[in-house]
Amino acid sequence: MSESTSNAKGAVPASAEGADPQKRSAAFQIEDLHVWYGNRAVLHGISLNIPVRQVTGIIGPSGCGKSTFLRVLNRMHEFTPGVDVQGRIRLFGEDIYESRVDPILLRRRVGMVFQKSNPFPTMSIQENVLIGLRLAGIRNRGLLEERLEEALRMSALWSEVKDRLHAPGTALSGGQQQRLCIARALAIRPEVLLMDEPCSALDPIATAQIESLIRDLGQRYSIVLVTHNLQEAGRTADFTAFFLEGRLIEFGSTKKMFTNPSQKQTEDYLTGRFS
Amino acid sequence: MSPLSNSSDPKPESRREAANEDRAASRRFRIRKVVDRFFQILSVLSAIVVISPLLFVFVFLLSSGSSALTWDFLTQLPKPVGETGGGMANAIVGSCILVAVATLVGTPIGVLGGICVCEYGDPRLRLFIRFIADVLNGVPSIIWGIVVYSWVVLRMKTFSGLAGGLALSFIMIPLILRTTEDVIRLVPSVYREAGLALGLRRSQVILHIMLATAARGVLTGILLAAARVAGETAPLLFTAFGNRVWAAHLQEPIAALPLQIFVYAIAPYPDWHRQAWAGALVLLALVFCMSIVVRALTRQKSP
Repeated sequence: MSESTSNAKGAVPASAEGADPQKRSAAFQIEDLHVWYGNRAVLHGISLNIPVRQVTGIIGPSGCGKSTFLRVLNRMHEFTPGVDVQGRIRLFGEDIYESRVDPILLRRRVGMVFQKSNPFPTMSIQENVLIGLRLAGIRNRGLLEERLEEALRMSALWSEVKDRLHAPGTALSGGQQQRLCIARALAIRPEVLLMDEPCSALDPIATAQIESLIRDLGQRYSIVLVTHNLQEAGRTADFTAFFLEGRLIEFGSTKKMFTNPSQKQTEDYLTGRFS
Repeated sequence: MSPLSNSSDPKPESRREAANEDRAASRRFRIRKVVDRFFQILSVLSAIVVISPLLFVFVFLLSSGSSALTWDFLTQLPKPVGETGGGMANAIVGSCILVAVATLVGTPIGVLGGICVCEYGDPRLRLFIRFIADVLNGVPSIIWGIVVYSWVVLRMKTFSGLAGGLALSFIMIPLILRTTEDVIRLVPSVYREAGLALGLRRSQVILHIMLATAARGVLTGILLAAARVAGETAPLLFTAFGNRVWAAHLQEPIAALPLQIFVYAIAPYPDWHRQAWAGALVLLALVFCMSIVVRALTRQKSP
């Protein structure tokens, strides 16, 4: 795993434009992924590679399976009864559904940010950021303080909250709360960040801040960004995958897909001919 | 009338029908207004019926009990039969001890049971436990006295504070279980998801996130259950039994306010009757204090 990570560093060119994502080294390699809710198939044979240190946008109409896709990447679907997963998902080469993989440890490597900001209401800003580390057993105060500042700086929140780290997390504005949730996910230093429509509940200014933050984080993290906002994918994602009715229709660099999609269905969706 | 409406509605009979329709509508409207008024009055009356016994009891207790409610009453032991004076200090402290024992035993079991019902287990087991808890809530409290009598008192060969506290805890457990379950269920699942996505263990999520978020509600439930059992008499009759002196430890009979009130109220001495009223006043004050704490806790919850 560490080997493929170091390979990845060398493999990523400065610009992603026009490159084929399938030829890059991958954070996630997904092969023939099927997901069922009971008898209903939600994903039918998805195969794609999520490139390292890029933002990969997942777009598609409601119910196309994009949120489900996100949740099987960190095995969060296991808390929903009746979900069945088939196929292979490898994270930096390691099969995440192998029996010896502890889902707890997997989720520490694959962070997640949700649609609605959800800082823990009983905790201060600082406690929110550090809860993952604290409960993972880290007691060293110096290390905790260092990680606190690191995570808040990376989520562009440090200057706004550094004087009130002990204020409740819920006292922040909506956009700040969402950045706090990003900081909380970053504090445990994940390798991949999954984002499930992180801006859909925010006003335009907060959305712009988060989107620019996602672009910055995309330099260091492999990010999977599910969004139903096409402009958002266009603005933030290096690569975009288009899902329709549980199938991957097209996957490529965002620029190419938005200017010259190769599939008719993608073009129809992007031009708003169906929704 | 404008030419337009004239042309659209030229026939006189249809105009007449419209007028009839209007009259019928206004009649229905008047009836509805009367019915509305009627229900308003009915609900106000019901509210008065609900509140008045409480006020009545409170005023009556104050007038009958306050004369005997002296410093001696709060600090002295009962005097031997026939002597006037003395107090219920041992019963007041005894009631507090019994409620404390019941809370210590009942809280962990009730809270953990509530957690189990809403976080673990398959849905059928959950429904079963909830059903059992509801049935237990309906069990007459004297039954708990009998159960603890046969389980504990007969085996220890003595009435005891321990047995009394245990009997009260059996009443508290289903109450605490249901409130814990209800308030944890109220915690939005996005917090559970956020915790799990951070790589926290299930138990950590439950303890540090779900229970922490619901803590005030759980505490409220515990206090309400404690207030409820503080006034129970029946389960103490043959468990705590009562005691006219201080209990040295939990393995001997202990005094409790409701028991003392019961004994004093059916005794033939007017002085004891006065003291029974005072005891009832103290008991009501204790429960009232707990309710105020509960109010304070729940008010902070919803700003």
